[in-house]
Amino acid sequence: ETLASERERVIERSAMAEKGEDVKLLGFWASPFTRRVEMALKLKGVPYDYLEQDIVNKSPLLLQLNPVYKKVPVLVHKGKHIPESHLILEYIDQTWKQNPILPQDPYEKAMALFWAKFVDEQVGPVGFKAVVKAEKGIEVAIEEARELFTFLEKEVTGKDFFGGKTLGFLDMVAGSMIPFCIARSWEGMGIDMIPEDKFPELNRWIKNLKEVEIVRECIPPKEKQIEHMKKVAERIKSA
Amino acid sequence: MASGEVKLIGAWASPFVMRPRVALNLKSVPYEFLQETFGSKSELLLKSNPVHKKIPVLLHADKPVCESNIIVEYIDETWSSSGPSLLPSLPYDRAMARFWAAYIDEKWFVALRNFLKAEGEEEKKAVIAEFEEGNALLEKAFIDCSKGKPFFNGDHIGYLDISLGSFLAWLRVTELAASYKLLDEAKTPSLCKWADHFCNDPAVKPVMPETAKLAEFAKKIFAKPQA
Repeated sequence: ETLASERERVIERSAMAEKGEDVKLLGFWASPFTRRVEMALKLKGVPYDYLEQDIVNKSPLLLQLNPVYKKVPVLVHKGKHIPESHLILEYIDQTWKQNPILPQDPYEKAMALFWAKFVDEQVGPVGFKAVVKAEKGIEVAIEEARELFTFLEKEVTGKDFFGGKTLGFLDMVAGSMIPFCIARSWEGMGIDMIPEDKFPELNRWIKNLKEVEIVRECIPPKEKQIEHMKKVAERIKSA
Repeated sequence: MASGEVKLIGAWASPFVMRPRVALNLKSVPYEFLQETFGSKSELLLKSNPVHKKIPVLLHADKPVCESNIIVEYIDETWSSSGPSLLPSLPYDRAMARFWAAYIDEKWFVALRNFLKAEGEEEKKAVIAEFEEGNALLEKAFIDCSKGKPFFNGDHIGYLDISLGSFLAWLRVTELAASYKLLDEAKTPSLCKWADHFCNDPAVKPVMPETAKLAEFAKKIFAKPQA
């Protein structure tokens, strides 16, 4: 069944490419917020122009398209510009109906939105920034981060993906943020944050993610990202 | 889908709790309001929102939904056939409604809170400047979203109206405490007109805290050292 649905996606992707939708994505290679948008565009088979941004010396284009936050990613479609990765994912889901990303059921959707907010607003900062700063010592920082991962462990138990049988909104948010972003900082610091014996379900989920072609295409190169995260950590420590 | 008992765990003074209450009123959905005692958290709250332990929590047939804006959207979708839509139908307009709602919580409300905390002339000036910058953005957003109609959502109150409107009582309390007009007809005429319409709406009136009562409550909670 998995093989047939994968074949379907390849066919749909080709059909979309022929239509030539005018989509641009302003992003940064190491940004999990950018990478998750790329996952969504690839899942839907939407061709796009990727415009790599310098996030230190921001381009006039970026400042014009996201004047409020001045951040990546920004999606440009039919002359409209949409910032904020969660909003972009939902916009993509509502504009291109094939391969739905968000659950249809209102309750399931509310849960996906809730956990996605949790990942970006708590897990990300506690799992990275707080560990780098380790204000109460590294052991406490790791314990506090692991408490949050326990919630996610529970959520993914018994499922191939957070979205169920296939990749969904929460998988893209958590996947881009955790294994393919902050985990690279743990590796750089020599920390085993989510060991297999303590987090068997999350580790299984990560294995499942790595087997999905569109996810693999959106993983930043490992060594380069470990170096990048080290630099970010230095900036955080000296701030 | 829309069947099942509805309960809302909350508190009368919380702007975040006011949001789902307005939404439920707009959809004519009866619910049981479970008021939390200030300073303590009930077993039900801790069980229903173990991650954040915060109000509001909507319980629909005992299934919890947390985070005020997420609850409002859930209400809109679950009782979609009742009353007008709370969110726009076009994907871009929906994204903009959500964008501004997030901005209101992450930037605008933070600036409002900082208003009372600010000490000294320099800090006060900086906070005022930040707050007024935000107001200018929202004034423009209102003009863009409303397209000449009375609300951000058009003819009827919607998600973004609820998101900003829920802070109006606290804004008034802050104006009294700081002796400063935070929503000025001269600077943000559209927002002022909108605020008037919002506060007078029958879905809003019963759940909007009275300014005097809220001011008294604010004195009480800000007198205590922050936990």
